[in-house]
Amino acid sequence: MNRAVLVFAGLLALALPLSLLAGRVWIDPASTPNAWLILGELRLPRAVLAIVVGAGLGAAGAAMQGYLRNPLADPGLFGIAPGAALGAVTALFFGYAASAWLLPAFALVGAGGAMALLALIAGRTGGIALFTLAGLMVASLAGALTALAISMAPNAFAMSEIVLWLNGALTDRSWREVWIAAPLVTLGVALLWRASASLDALTLGEPVARSLGVEPARLLWLLILGIALTVGAGVAVAGIIGFVGLIVPHLVRPLTDRRPSQLILPSALAGALLVLVADSVVRVLPLVTELRLGIALSLLGAPFFLWLLLRMRRGLA
Amino acid sequence: MKLEAKGLVLEGRLAGIDCSLEPGAVTAICGPNGAGKSSLLEALAGLLSLDGGTVELDGQNLATLPPRERAKRLGYLPQEHEIAWDVSVRRLVELGRMPHGDRLAGPVDAALDALDITALADRRAQSLSGGETARVLLARVLAGEPRWILADEPLAALDIAHQLELLRHLRAEVDRGTGVVLVLHDLAHAMNHADRVIVLHEGRIAADGPPQQALSPERIAQCWRVAVKWIGEDGARALVAA
Repeated sequence: MNRAVLVFAGLLALALPLSLLAGRVWIDPASTPNAWLILGELRLPRAVLAIVVGAGLGAAGAAMQGYLRNPLADPGLFGIAPGAALGAVTALFFGYAASAWLLPAFALVGAGGAMALLALIAGRTGGIALFTLAGLMVASLAGALTALAISMAPNAFAMSEIVLWLNGALTDRSWREVWIAAPLVTLGVALLWRASASLDALTLGEPVARSLGVEPARLLWLLILGIALTVGAGVAVAGIIGFVGLIVPHLVRPLTDRRPSQLILPSALAGALLVLVADSVVRVLPLVTELRLGIALSLLGAPFFLWLLLRMRRGLA
Repeated sequence: MKLEAKGLVLEGRLAGIDCSLEPGAVTAICGPNGAGKSSLLEALAGLLSLDGGTVELDGQNLATLPPRERAKRLGYLPQEHEIAWDVSVRRLVELGRMPHGDRLAGPVDAALDALDITALADRRAQSLSGGETARVLLARVLAGEPRWILADEPLAALDIAHQLELLRHLRAEVDRGTGVVLVLHDLAHAMNHADRVIVLHEGRIAADGPPQQALSPERIAQCWRVAVKWIGEDGARALVAA
């Protein structure tokens, strides 16, 4: 058990009760009318969903950075999140979103499609460069098709639905979304965790990792499946929530011995914490309409990324 | 535990290589740029998918050996000193234990000790000098207690003191029965420190034997197209233009 796991588990245990009470209406369980109903049916599922989605994104980011040996890697770059988004947008485009299960189902099919495409192109060789390029192409193809769906939306309502949905949020989510996402994210994090020893070996480069017994194709499959499950399930229930996978490993790394394997579980906890706190903040902000969580995290994430680049500038130049 | 190459073919790089290596000796692979030295080393380490031929370890085809079993027996050290994350020296050296599925302190400490880097164990990778990094990466190989050490240009980028030190460590491993195969550009090091030299030229073996024979001025003229002569005495030879 490393220090980072304890720190972020502790912070999460503190943040969860606070987040349940926080909102446009602050709840006092003793005096607020229907307090337990609000907590049990609205705030708790939303908080649990924030934890589930954040954990998946955090673990995926840590695994991705370890795999690409690059601290600027983000799971969103590799086509699976855009693929899932395209699936969800397709459901919205055809008006299937009225059925509660169809939108997440379409998003998962989209994530699976992107995953299959990635595996088809890069899976056999297990090469990292090919995987990265394939991921970028899948991402831009899915992005282009999503833009096409927006521009050809049958009516203004569908268009605004799509655009709003793309800026992820956890508003009005229920236990149903939790039941969809939680098992998939758990399985995904477990797969990424299984890849962790191989990620450590990659620290010394691909040839050394292979000489230590790492099988590149098996590792790539673990990663593709793990990221499809964690990120795909997250997008399916919450829309696009960017930057979590990028930021979180940087927050966690200084608390670990910097081996990629030591990042995965604490990054899951820190991702859960970040999304939980951010979602509580957007609820509390005194705005006319609630700020979308995806927008809030991008507002936080983009300056962080810039700060990171500035810090690394000397090394990159 | 013999390491044998049988008819290795890799398009554009290896054109039918046969050799049989015995442990307990330093074998140097030499040759001009593009001769296929690194490819041969990678093939011997079981890291290439070949177009033809097999590499056998004690009569077992490496291609059919489970990767972890292969990794336990063959330690590979590439030329590039890539360390992606700023982990501690001890954690890097422990990576050598990965094929065994443990992080046993015994072999890790022994490897740190063998390369005189016990004092560096808690230092971070990015704070190391080039010479220290080279020793740490060799310690990583030793920690896995392989039967064979296959190293690509382990002396490149090291000053003469560190070169001699690394060669001394490798010789100590050979004395314990380990097989050592080195790709070397520096023919004088091959001449002075190898027990056997394999000269590659255009993907084929041009010479294979004791260093004095394999690296004769005539052979060097034929493969490298330069006129040179050896000066000095056995064990301390230098190569100069003829």
